[in-house]
Amino acid sequence: MRRLVALLMASGLLLAACSSGGGGTPAAGSLAPAGSPAASPAGSAPAGSPAAAASLPTEGPTLDAIRSAGKLVCGVKFDVIAFGFRNPTSGDVEGFDADLCREIAGALGVEPEFVEAISANRIPFLQEDRVDIIASTMTRNEERLGQIDFSKIYYLAGQKILVKSDSPHQTVDDLVAAGVKVCSGQGSTSETNLLDKGVAEANLVLFATYSEAAQALLDGRCDAVSTDDSILFGLAQQNEGLEVRGEAFTQEPLGIGIKKGKEDLVAFIDAVLDQMAANGRWAELYDTHIKPYTGEEAPEPPLDM
Amino acid sequence: MFGQITIENLDYLVQGYVTTIALSLGAMVVALIIGCVVASFRVWGGRVPSSAAVFYVEFFRNTPLLIQLFFFAVVLAPNNLGITADPFLVALIGLSLYTGAFATEAIRSGILAIDPGQVEAARSLGLSQLATIRLVVLPQAIRTVVPPLGNVASALIRNSSVASAIGTRELLFMGLLVANRTFSLEPLIGVLLGYWSLTLTLSLVLGRLERRLAFAR
Repeated sequence: MRRLVALLMASGLLLAACSSGGGGTPAAGSLAPAGSPAASPAGSAPAGSPAAAASLPTEGPTLDAIRSAGKLVCGVKFDVIAFGFRNPTSGDVEGFDADLCREIAGALGVEPEFVEAISANRIPFLQEDRVDIIASTMTRNEERLGQIDFSKIYYLAGQKILVKSDSPHQTVDDLVAAGVKVCSGQGSTSETNLLDKGVAEANLVLFATYSEAAQALLDGRCDAVSTDDSILFGLAQQNEGLEVRGEAFTQEPLGIGIKKGKEDLVAFIDAVLDQMAANGRWAELYDTHIKPYTGEEAPEPPLDM
Repeated sequence: MFGQITIENLDYLVQGYVTTIALSLGAMVVALIIGCVVASFRVWGGRVPSSAAVFYVEFFRNTPLLIQLFFFAVVLAPNNLGITADPFLVALIGLSLYTGAFATEAIRSGILAIDPGQVEAARSLGLSQLATIRLVVLPQAIRTVVPPLGNVASALIRNSSVASAIGTRELLFMGLLVANRTFSLEPLIGVLLGYWSLTLTLSLVLGRLERRLAFAR
C-alpha cells in the first residue's frame, strides 16, 4: 500500500513537473519567498555590501538583463536530496545546488526562481532560454562543453552503485559479470559510463528521474541503481534497506551550466564561487547539505581542477 | 549534413521501430480478443457479466494511459505480484487492456447495428444462440466495425509511445536515447516519420480491406 501511495505521489510530481515545464512558471516562482529561512543566506550578500561588490564583476549584457528581469531563473533537480530537493511540506527547494543559486542571485541583487530540470532537459532548457543557469548535479565534460559553457567545478562527485542491503553485488563489475539489470537516468553521463564499464545496452533500464529508478530497485525491476554518489546517498537516506557500495569508478566534476555566449555570467559565477571558497561559505554549504549523508569532513573546494 | 546523426544511429532507431511494431501488433491482437469477449458479455451476458463489462470499459477508457502503465509497472514487479520486470511485457499488458476498452465499444456498436430481424430469422431456422452469434451476427458486424477499429489501431500505434516512460525500448525511447547522447533533436524527426509510416500503412491496408468487405449497395 505504501508503494501505491508513493506511486501516486510520483505521478503527481510528474504532472507538476509537466505543468511547470509548460512555459509559465508561477508555481516555481512561489517556491522561494524572500522571507523564507532557506533563502536568507542569499540576503546576507546583497549587491550593496562593499565586500561583495569589491571583487565581483558588475557589468555585462547578461547581468544587466537578469537585473532588469529582477530574477535569476535556475534549473535544479526537485528529487535529489542534498542537492536539489523540493520539500513536500514547505514547498521550498533545498540543497547545495539550490543554495548556490541563492548565493548567485543574492550577489546579483535579484530573487532566485526555481524550475525543475531533469537530466534530459538540462541542455535544452538552457538553449531555449527557459532558464538562466542550470545547477542540477550536472557533470562538466568535453561533449557538453561543445553545447554549453560551464562554471568552475563546484563539487567533485563519483559514480557508485546503490543496491538492496541483502544484495550479493559489491561493485559495478559484479553487476556486469552477473548480467543483471541496472537502472539509471535518461540523458545522464551515468548511462554512458555504465556502457563503458561493460553493462549491456539491453540491461540498462532508464528513467526520467532517479526517484523512479529507486522505486524500480525497490520493486525488483532492476538489481542496482548507478549514478553519482552525491545522488545515491540521498536515495539511500530516503529508502530504508538500500545502501551505496564500492569505490567510485568515475570522476564527475559538477559545474553550473550556462548558455554559450554569456561570458559575463560565467565570469560572474566563477567570481562568486571563488569568493565562497575564500570566505568559508562553500564549506558551510557542504556541512549543511552533504556532510550529514557522507559523514566526511569538507574537502578543499575543487574549483580549479 | 542533415540526417547524418539519424543514419549513424540507425541500428538503434530500427531496433526501436521493430519493438514498436511488435508492441502494437501484439496489443492489437489481444485487444481484439478482449473486445469480442467483453462486447459479447455486454450485449448478451446476464446482469453480472454485463455490469462487469461496463466497469472494465468505463475504467480503462476514462483514466490516463500513462498512470495505468506506471501502476502496472509497480504492481506486476517481482517484489509485488511477481509477474514480470520486463518493461515490454508490462507495456503489452497495459496497452492491451487500455485499447481493449475502446475495441469493446467499437465492436458493441457493430453488433447493435445489426437488424434484430436477422437474429429472429436465424433463431427461427433452429440455430442455437452461439451459432447465431458466430454465423450470423459477427460476420455482419465485422464489416461495419472495420473503420472504427482502424481508428482504434491507429490510436494504439501512437499511444504505444507512452510506454517509453516506463523504460520500454520502443521507437520514442530509442529516439530520445540517441537525441540525448548526440545533443541533437534530429533523431526525433526520424521518430516522427517512423510513427507516420506505420499509421499511414495501416490506413492504406484498412482502405483496401474496407472495399473488399463492403456491403453491395
